[in-house]
Amino acid sequence: MTEISKEQVKHVANLARLALTEEEVETFTQQLGDIINYAELLNELDTDNVEPTTHVLDLKNVMRKDEPKEWIKKEDALKNAPDQKDGQFRVPSILE
Amino acid sequence: MSLFDYTLKELQEKLHNKEITVSDLVEASYNRINEVDDQVKAFLTLNEEEAKKQAKALDEKLGSDASVLYGMPIGIKDNIVTKGLRTTCASQILDNLNDPLYDATVIQKLNKENTVNIGKLNMDEFAMGSSTENSSYENTRNPWNTDYVPGGSSGGSAAAVAAGEVFFSLGSDTGGSIRQPAAFCGVVGMKPTYGLVSRFGLVAFASSLDQIGPITRTVEDNAHLLQAIVGHDNMDSTSANVNIPNYGDAFKEDVKGLRIAVPKEYLQEGVDPEVKEAVLAALKQYEELGATWEEVSLPHSKYAVAAYYLLAASEASANLARFDGVRYGKRTEKNVDMIDMFKESRAEGFGDEVKRRIMLGTFALSSGYYDAYYKKAQKVRTLIKNDFEKIFDEYDVVIGPTTPTPAYKIGEKIDDPLTMYTDDVLTTPVNLAGLPGMSIPCGFSSEGLPIGLQIIGRHFDEATIYRTAYAYEQATDHHKKRPNLGGDR
Repeated sequence: MTEISKEQVKHVANLARLALTEEEVETFTQQLGDIINYAELLNELDTDNVEPTTHVLDLKNVMRKDEPKEWIKKEDALKNAPDQKDGQFRVPSILE
Repeated sequence: MSLFDYTLKELQEKLHNKEITVSDLVEASYNRINEVDDQVKAFLTLNEEEAKKQAKALDEKLGSDASVLYGMPIGIKDNIVTKGLRTTCASQILDNLNDPLYDATVIQKLNKENTVNIGKLNMDEFAMGSSTENSSYENTRNPWNTDYVPGGSSGGSAAAVAAGEVFFSLGSDTGGSIRQPAAFCGVVGMKPTYGLVSRFGLVAFASSLDQIGPITRTVEDNAHLLQAIVGHDNMDSTSANVNIPNYGDAFKEDVKGLRIAVPKEYLQEGVDPEVKEAVLAALKQYEELGATWEEVSLPHSKYAVAAYYLLAASEASANLARFDGVRYGKRTEKNVDMIDMFKESRAEGFGDEVKRRIMLGTFALSSGYYDAYYKKAQKVRTLIKNDFEKIFDEYDVVIGPTTPTPAYKIGEKIDDPLTMYTDDVLTTPVNLAGLPGMSIPCGFSSEGLPIGLQIIGRHFDEATIYRTAYAYEQATDHHKKRPNLGGDR
């Protein structure tokens, strides 16, 4: 049995850039614990000599030429932005 | 007979014989939506003005060389990007994405075929869910009984076709999201081989599993729609460069001598007796048609759901990092610093299930847990893939139920995420192995809810699936039954 603690849930939420309420921390601690315990089922299997599958097709290093092409224009790229200024996306300041 | 009872091919003939116009078809679609979508709630956004304009133009330029899809009204799952037409993934975080900048490759391809986009269809938020109850907008209802879920995540796509609101639709399938709602709504849904259909413009959930596919009334219509959207695409680096057959050729052949494998794990306890009975009856039908079937074993089936949820959640946690309130989508109104702006925007924009999966995925990928969970799941994925490969050495298709049970009531399972996950036991292995899989109607429960038959094929062998499905469909009449929603149809 893997126990998931509230502290772990808070740590993971920070990594995931999610603000959680205390109530959500409580719920997710319970639910993630249940799901992870269910996933422990996989430990029944000996996979020491099994290669992981990252991808089902045998594709390797699909490359294209690195050259500029016509794509979305700057003003179009900005039109769905929550905030913008002088042709740039604007975010809250990160320096005092 | 309503227009919705004809196949695409029949409708195309009517167009050319001037019995109907594209405008009639589009009009019929919106009339039906006005009539029944209050009950079904399949659509999130309608494209009415644009569609009617397009229909008029198509009526004027109809030529004798028009494709079978010419002028046909289609609905699109709301995680497929449509230029200038609101695309939300049924999430609040994209609620204001009213003017997307480009068309997904599948939309560009459909535009070349001159289909008419009727509107965008409801889904579980970011395709995470099996009942469409995770939409942040509305619960889509099962047209066969509106107290029941339509399945998910492509619940809107399946319900709209079943309700006769559109002639066909596109969905997406990461762990069953086309096949399961197709089964619940009594329609035909195909998840193509991974890599067959470009994912460019499909908002990514789990990139190594996601595929776009067609949902239709009939097997033949399904093949026509798939034919239009397949092919290699430079905009998707996981797009496969393979020869595409003419799927229509599949319908010329019967199933005499077809070798069917039936995994015993797919008919074990947990599978509803009525579902099992319907599948066994279908197998009997195949015997009568000259095919043979044998019981086989896919010994790692019971590990598929656990492996799937670890992998899908891990990939989702990375893919959904892009929703940060900077370039598009929702930003919190709170006056906070940048990191808290990310956190608050995401907290406000994502629903519970999406948060749960981001948390699970971030955990499985985090330092100290990566090998135990993520890598372990990737190794189990290999075992599941090998199970199928062995079977396909000796058999042409694998057949079983699509889902362990018919549709359940709205609200019945939503508070129990783990049970909802384990219901995906019959569909997730197909995505993990990257195989094509299809659900076709194979009967009804005593409550009158549809039951789905799942047909799984070799990589890039959609043609054999179509051949298998078509033979059964032609010998039965499940696909001709229609839900009773009232109105003129």
